Amino acid sequence: MAEKTTQNPQGWWPQMKRLLLSFSVPLGAVLLALIIGAIIIEVSGASAWKAYTALAKGAFGNAAGWQRTLEKSTPLIFSGLAVAFAFKAGLFNIGAQGQLLFGAITAAWVGFAVHGLPPGLHAAVALAAGAVAGGLYGAIPGALKTYTGAHEVITTIMLNYIAMGFTDYLANGPLKDTTPGNIVARTPAILDSAKLPTWGWLPFGFVLALIGAAFAWWLLQRTTLGFEIRTVGQNPHAARYAGMKVARTVILTMVISALFAGIGGAVETQGVVGRYEPGFNANLGFDGITVALLGKTNPFGVIPAAMLLGAMRAGSNVMQFKAHVAQEITDVVQALMLFFVAADMIVRWLLRIRAAEEGEKITLSTGWGSH
Amino acid sequence: MNTPASFANWKIFWKRWGVLTVISVITLALIAYYYSKTPQITEAVLASTLRQSVPLVLGALCGLLGERAAVINIGIEGQMLLAAFLAFLVNVYTGNLLLGVLAGIAVGALLGLLLAFMSVTLKIDQIIGGTVINILAIGLTGYFYKVGLSAHGKLNPIPLGPLAKIPLIGPVFFNNPPITYATILLVFLVHYVLFYTPWGLRTRAVGEHPRAADTLGINVYLVRYVNVVIGGALAGLAGAYLSLEAVGSFERLMTNGRGFVALAVMIFGKWTPLGAWGAALLFGFATAMQTQLQFGGQLHIPHQFIGMLPYLLTIIVLAGFVGRARPPAADGIPYEKEG
Repeated sequence: MAEKTTQNPQGWWPQMKRLLLSFSVPLGAVLLALIIGAIIIEVSGASAWKAYTALAKGAFGNAAGWQRTLEKSTPLIFSGLAVAFAFKAGLFNIGAQGQLLFGAITAAWVGFAVHGLPPGLHAAVALAAGAVAGGLYGAIPGALKTYTGAHEVITTIMLNYIAMGFTDYLANGPLKDTTPGNIVARTPAILDSAKLPTWGWLPFGFVLALIGAAFAWWLLQRTTLGFEIRTVGQNPHAARYAGMKVARTVILTMVISALFAGIGGAVETQGVVGRYEPGFNANLGFDGITVALLGKTNPFGVIPAAMLLGAMRAGSNVMQFKAHVAQEITDVVQALMLFFVAADMIVRWLLRIRAAEEGEKITLSTGWGSH
Repeated sequence: MNTPASFANWKIFWKRWGVLTVISVITLALIAYYYSKTPQITEAVLASTLRQSVPLVLGALCGLLGERAAVINIGIEGQMLLAAFLAFLVNVYTGNLLLGVLAGIAVGALLGLLLAFMSVTLKIDQIIGGTVINILAIGLTGYFYKVGLSAHGKLNPIPLGPLAKIPLIGPVFFNNPPITYATILLVFLVHYVLFYTPWGLRTRAVGEHPRAADTLGINVYLVRYVNVVIGGALAGLAGAYLSLEAVGSFERLMTNGRGFVALAVMIFGKWTPLGAWGAALLFGFATAMQTQLQFGGQLHIPHQFIGMLPYLLTIIVLAGFVGRARPPAADGIPYEKEG
């Protein structure tokens, strides 16, 4: 998409208009999903208006709400970036969750076990460790795909379950918090020197997420590697014919994609939770898909998409408390968003949006073995 | 040239069934050995193997019906989950188990219809379409589930008269709850339909070469719709099995990845019902051993590692067999009519 804009020399307003138009389908999808969500709420006997206003108030009503929204958005941006980045190479990384768990627990381990580092450095080392752990875990499905043809959709899901089991084991066993009186599975609290700051209502992790998005965009659009990744995604045969190392590119893409997820986990540990506890954010892998598609797999598009879902997560407590609507309605609305954004012709037809000229349809299911 | 005919026949037989024969003989010998040592445990493990394989077989049948018609169904997990929930809910409110099972089947079929609509009519990427179903199922079950509901009974084993009294074979095969029996029958039924009926031939034609099938007057879209919907019904039955036969209750995310493992089972079974059954029994055995190891207490392995077994097995199977097994040629590709 960025190429389109650079090819288009008509000044900033037509470019801006084009950009906004290209997001009309995701916006329409959000609208339709909210409408159907409202119908479900009304049918189950609550007031949709009350629910949505309570949700908005919980998410944006005050500084604490904003902070919660940004905190919830942060891992979503990272997992959305993970999915969007892999998408560009035609890979479907559903394993963001497992990669995130490994990132989170590794950052926690560095955070509590390493002593004597100055504050900034300790936090940076923990972040880097989380990123590397996530990235290495992402190398597994990448290698399996290139060397054996095992489809990454299933291997990443299986690796999610394995990661859940493994981190659960660590938090119950070798890395368990041995403070007297603790019976829950969790690691000790990380040292203050490894914590990420929050400035007012702005968590530092959120800033990192924004930098991450910019980095992903730069990598994809302004580097040779990014060009190779996009070529492999659009036509692996052409890429191979042009002399690109497709196998290497696939593995590298998965590693970078998983790096984002790993940092997401580390940020959650160091900025929000303060230790590793199993079971937080159980569905981040799937959430990342919705975020990536809502953002049209554009790293910058991921940010508003993640903030939307983050706001829904942040405000759902207040909604449940004030309007007596179960929090899980946000999952239903999210599934509807994904449905409508994938079924873009329905949205176009319902909302009379002109057919897109960009023609960038996402195709992933090219069978189980072929690549 | 002058090889005797009987020897040539034997060679063909060996090429086709040799590996299977060897595996069967070894398996039977092992079963006989363990049965002579610890009859109760052997019976329990084998019976549990068969039952654990049920949702995997049904899920794999769902997957292969779709893929034989070139529709990849990654939403089996969601179909199972929502079906398990609705089967449970109908049972809670009507007190009827059969109605519950039927509701599960209907929900599965309905989600199959949604998947067919997305992938055949709208031509959405099939993996994204399946993901929509998975997320939808997680959301809907989470939203409508209320803690404290309890089912009215569960589907209990029905011993089949004198057959159930045969040592070893009786307790394993002839003393099962209804959906387990139904699953065994369905394996052979789907095998028959797929390979011995006109419908099966059409399905396979549509999966291998839809253009040619279309030229011969086969309605490609209809074949895909019907297969995906019937597959959905089978996944729905698997869901009903989980909530009403295996557990007798519903828990959040109770499918626990079985829908995805079923896809590995399907691939391992080379897209054939009988192969899928064999593969599912292997996975069922891994799960049965897991329970045995966990509660038998002979081994001191953390339970989380034992719990990973089926997932590890899935990855190994995918890594080891995908390259060698050949999916239907048009698998995953939407069909555009010409003109």
